[in-house]
Amino acid sequence: MEREAGPEGARRALGRLVEAVLASRGEANAVFDILAVLQSEDQEEIQEAVRACSRLFGALLARGELFVGQLPSEEMVMAGSQGAARKYKVWMRHRYHSCCNRLGELLAHPSFQVKELALSTLMKFVQLEGVHPLEKPKWEGNYLFPRQLFKSVVEGLLSLEEDHSLLLSQFREYLEHDDIRYHTMQAASDTVARVTDGRPEVPLTFWNNAFTLLSSVSLPRQESNLSSFYIKHEGPSDKWKVVHLKEHRKAFQVMWLGFLKHQLPLRLCKKVLVIMHDSILPHLAQPTLMIDFLTRAYDIGGAVSLLALNGLFILIHKHNLEYPDFYRKLYSLLNPSVFHVKYRARFFHLADLFLSSSHLPAYLVAAFAKRLARLALTAPPEALLMVLPFICNLLRRHPACRVLVHRPRGPELDADPYDPEEEDPAQSRALESSLWELQALQQHYHPEVSKAASVINQALSMPEASIAPLLELTAFEIFERDLKKKGPESVPLEFIPAQGLLGRRDDLCAQHFTLS
Amino acid sequence: MGKARSAGARGKALGAPAGARGGRARPKPNPFEVKVNRQKFQVLGRKTRHDVGMPGVSRARALQKRTQTLLKEYKERDKSNVFTDKRLGEYDSSLSPEEKMMKRFALEQQRQHEKKSIYNLNEDEELTHYGQSLADIEKHNAIVDSDSDTEDRGVLSAELTAAHFGGGGGLLHKRSQQQGQEGDRPKSRKELIEELIAKSKQEKRERQAQREDALELTEKLDQDWKEIQTLLALRRAKSESRSEKEKPRPDAYDVMVRELGFEMKAQPSNRLKTEEELAKEEQERLRRLEAERLRRMLGKEDEAQRRRPAHASADDLSDGFVLDRDDRRMLSYKDGKMNVEDGPGPEAGDGESGEDGDGGSSAGDLEESDSADSHSDLGSDSESEEGHERPTEEQRPPTPAKRSTGGGQAAREAARAELPYTFAAPESYEELKSLLSGKPAEEQLLVVERIQKCNHPSLAVGNKAKLEKLFGFLLEYIGELAAEDPPGLGVIDRLVVQLYNLCQMFPESASSSVKFVLRDAMHEMERMVETTGRAAFPGLDVLVYLRVAGLLFPTSDFWHPVVTPALLCLSQLLTKCPLLSLPDVVKGLFACCLFLDYVALPQRFIPELPNFLLGILCMAAPRKQSQGYTLVHPFRALGKNAELLVVSDEEDVATWQRRSLSLRWAGRPRAQTKTEANHTRLSCLAVCLALVKRCVLLYGSLPAFHDIMRPLKALLAQHLADCGRPLEIQELTRSVLTDMENQPRRRRPLVCERSKPVPLRLFTPRLVRVLEFGRKQGGSKEEQERRRLIHKHRREFKGAVREIRKDNQFLARMQLSEIRERDAERKRKVKQLFNSLATQEGEWKALKRKKFQN
Repeated sequence: MEREAGPEGARRALGRLVEAVLASRGEANAVFDILAVLQSEDQEEIQEAVRACSRLFGALLARGELFVGQLPSEEMVMAGSQGAARKYKVWMRHRYHSCCNRLGELLAHPSFQVKELALSTLMKFVQLEGVHPLEKPKWEGNYLFPRQLFKSVVEGLLSLEEDHSLLLSQFREYLEHDDIRYHTMQAASDTVARVTDGRPEVPLTFWNNAFTLLSSVSLPRQESNLSSFYIKHEGPSDKWKVVHLKEHRKAFQVMWLGFLKHQLPLRLCKKVLVIMHDSILPHLAQPTLMIDFLTRAYDIGGAVSLLALNGLFILIHKHNLEYPDFYRKLYSLLNPSVFHVKYRARFFHLADLFLSSSHLPAYLVAAFAKRLARLALTAPPEALLMVLPFICNLLRRHPACRVLVHRPRGPELDADPYDPEEEDPAQSRALESSLWELQALQQHYHPEVSKAASVINQALSMPEASIAPLLELTAFEIFERDLKKKGPESVPLEFIPAQGLLGRRDDLCAQHFTLS
Repeated sequence: MGKARSAGARGKALGAPAGARGGRARPKPNPFEVKVNRQKFQVLGRKTRHDVGMPGVSRARALQKRTQTLLKEYKERDKSNVFTDKRLGEYDSSLSPEEKMMKRFALEQQRQHEKKSIYNLNEDEELTHYGQSLADIEKHNAIVDSDSDTEDRGVLSAELTAAHFGGGGGLLHKRSQQQGQEGDRPKSRKELIEELIAKSKQEKRERQAQREDALELTEKLDQDWKEIQTLLALRRAKSESRSEKEKPRPDAYDVMVRELGFEMKAQPSNRLKTEEELAKEEQERLRRLEAERLRRMLGKEDEAQRRRPAHASADDLSDGFVLDRDDRRMLSYKDGKMNVEDGPGPEAGDGESGEDGDGGSSAGDLEESDSADSHSDLGSDSESEEGHERPTEEQRPPTPAKRSTGGGQAAREAARAELPYTFAAPESYEELKSLLSGKPAEEQLLVVERIQKCNHPSLAVGNKAKLEKLFGFLLEYIGELAAEDPPGLGVIDRLVVQLYNLCQMFPESASSSVKFVLRDAMHEMERMVETTGRAAFPGLDVLVYLRVAGLLFPTSDFWHPVVTPALLCLSQLLTKCPLLSLPDVVKGLFACCLFLDYVALPQRFIPELPNFLLGILCMAAPRKQSQGYTLVHPFRALGKNAELLVVSDEEDVATWQRRSLSLRWAGRPRAQTKTEANHTRLSCLAVCLALVKRCVLLYGSLPAFHDIMRPLKALLAQHLADCGRPLEIQELTRSVLTDMENQPRRRRPLVCERSKPVPLRLFTPRLVRVLEFGRKQGGSKEEQERRRLIHKHRREFKGAVREIRKDNQFLARMQLSEIRERDAERKRKVKQLFNSLATQEGEWKALKRKKFQN
């Protein structure tokens, strides 16, 4: 093939070659030239070659000029004495095969354009192959899908070395189609199983890629609309597995369980847990199977436990899961860092749900209230603004706990009867105590916190305060709100004149710091 | 037109017979014109308005009105010229006829006046009063005067009254008695009246004569008096002279007397206050300020106070005092200590007693500005004044400014000499920076001071805005100085005083500027937290801003527009920013100090603080066995910076001396030797322990004190076990621990405040006042009003439609009659023509016949 300068020239040359191959079978050897360009270093050239291949094999597939059925080896056919047409078809199918392999390799190309183009070309082949199957149907109405080719695509996507999140987001639009989604799930579980099998250390990138792919699979809620196929069939039969949501769910479950049974990195674990309640659990055929993963995560402790709570709650609430010592574990989750973690809002939302039952024993609720009050002694104002109404709500729901804030004629005590170290809420003796912590917080420097804590001074009003708008409150929002708030009068001023930066001598700043 | 007429027509149709408007009551309506609307039922309380109508009359009136208005318009429809009456005020219904006439007359006079030459000054118009020339009136002045006598004006003699109003009965009776005595002939009424008139005339004449006599006598007396007046001039009594002297030549003495009279009289001055009183007054004022502050601190805003237009705390400074004292001392005032401390008070009051005696606490704005000025003036004279003004009881430590004056006096003088005396207020930050940069601290201070003086708000209108801007620029400048390398903390230290003065002048703009810089700092931090999940400890400038905010505004308020956000900002510093290096630790400790200073007075609780101190102490603990405490967010039990403050070098421990931490170093850390670094570490630890101690004292009274301090106690016990510490620190640790132990442990169970029982709901019926039967009831007042308006609108609308319809009918009738008239005319003319033709024909035929005959 004569080389012409520039990508423009390459494009024209490739075009001519494609035309030639398509025009007559005699020119078939020009395919090698095209495939050679696929191996090129130059990004532009590769792109041109991919486009040419796409055109060439697309046309060939549509014409049916590729061999259909179990592919015999090339040498055998060439040596054999079958007809020239059959030889040509087999030979061409081999070229097609090598082209697909090369395209699969190109999915790992450093340039994103090339990757993207390779992916779209492969998907085009998948579509064409689906319409013009390269294997013989075993019986009438047999469902044929180019599984082999598609599996290679998925394997290419789940790379071990490279983060493919961009490419996967491209791939996501194919997942809209029901058949692609179904086969993706199958191929993904196969790939995960294959990669992790017998390999002690799986690189983090693979997990990330796998998670990105898995999390982008979202099943429809209703069965009715399982008809948007990527590969158009004349009359989708009822016998096919693809058209049943149940099968999809099974595949989905196999995929996730296969993924989650491995020891995942902690960060990934969090990510999975974040989407668990929303996009995984509802689609599983048997959600209870997730219990292993969730309990394991719940036992890890810290933020992961908080996140696992959500999934566990759904299992307990909707699927009748029996979980012993649930409240005890929840109680042990309350430690000082709970106000500082990122998932604070979610945790308190759930805690509010868990403690909303009026059938809980008073000692339990009292223990929770006391524990939260104790933790509030180290909390920042934004958390306090949320947790104080939370405690008050608990007291409202459970009138038996009101002794915590109202114990007339109680004996004066030397020490707090509440034992903060006790793991079991039943043993913590919270009901004998009082919420002195809230009394301390009435002296808080922020006026709103002080007001929120002062609520307990009066008899609690009946309607509960909704904490939903307070859950996501950040310090910055409070700050902005304070800035915007208009005082009724002019700004009060300090009447002691300033003497210097550090203030007067008995100020702490002046005692402990010098300017020099 | 329909509307107005309809309203009139309706008014007329209201029962009364038509034509009653003019007051002419029609004697009796024609019974054939009356239409009676028969009522089917009598309803009690219903007002019947349309029971009797007179359709014929009202129709006639409507027709008449239409002919006057609509028909006129119709007839003039194609005419373009109109008749306008240009008489002044002819169509102005608001003017009464008299006013109209007056105006016209005035206009006429004006026209007349205008025509004359403007140079002719002599020609004056004649002034009149009720049509009479004023000149004439003046001529007859005396007569008129005598007629309308002041003495008997309005006083009528009894006889006169009786004759005029009494009907003459009583008089007649009396007369008859007299007559009975004199003669029997009774006088007739006419005679009586004539007699009366004659008598009164005579009386009048007599009075007139009497008065003329008196006048004559007075004049004579006057003349006599003038003759001897010259003799008496010297010895006349003062009181006599002023009232009696008519027009003597003004002599020097009189002039003097008058002048003195007009001059301001010396008012009784307040007695000079005694020292005790002055001290008492001062104390009173302080108490007022303190009470105000306490009120704000507790956040109790009762309505009455909220309704007051202005806050007192800003205005209280207007009485010219410069107060410099400690709050805690002031609190101790109440405890009765003030008697002990009052000793030096009088001395302080001495110097200003003159000014104080006059102005007192009611000094006006002028004095305020004065005082602000004199205070801002850091010259030596003002310094002494300041010293006087300060009513401090205890010996106040020398202020930084004062300290500086001692050393830099000479430099100051030099700077004073070479700097220009006036500065324009900078319009932009760059301008201010170019003014200040490169100059030594003394000069910068002087420049700012002079800018302030040259642009004092009392001097020109726009100066207020300029100085307000200056505050913002200065704040920015301070931030930049703090961020510089090395930070210009010395200059900031001085500029703070200027900022304080400016802030006192313009609280609103100052607060918004401070808020602005705080928001900037928070934005920066928030952005970092958003992107990286944590924020680096901000630079010295943010800390300086926070410190300045605390100096300018009262930190003890329950809620304050500047201080509350500043507190939040500090809280963010302590919870969001991990400490990565030694300077960070120093800055963090400074933030802690700031926080504690903010809440020193109101003794508020800061949950972040024990936490933060715990973290720092943990950094200093070499062996981590976290028992009894957990570290939260910015700190980690394990990690790169977990042992930032651990000192293991024995020698450094031995040589360490406790020193204050250097802010300058924290702002721009330069490399330290290992020993220095270790010393800084130990100093940090010492400061941290001191802060813990302060916390213990501050929160000792809180019921949850031991719960708050539990982790710190555990950690400190661990510290105590570690012997590789300097003795001083060990001592400090021990004392902190004992302090903690000594706090009371009494816990009283919580009890709600007793609230009033809510009264039971009673099932009393709801009573609604029925205003008028047959009307739609219910709804609020607004709703009723709305319904009424809708109803009225609908009624009026219908009426208007009806009127328009009637107008159209009227017009059509008129057009028809016009056409008919035209047709009749034409017919008549045609007939006439035929007639004439017929006559002509007849004549012609007659002539022809004649010819034939002939």
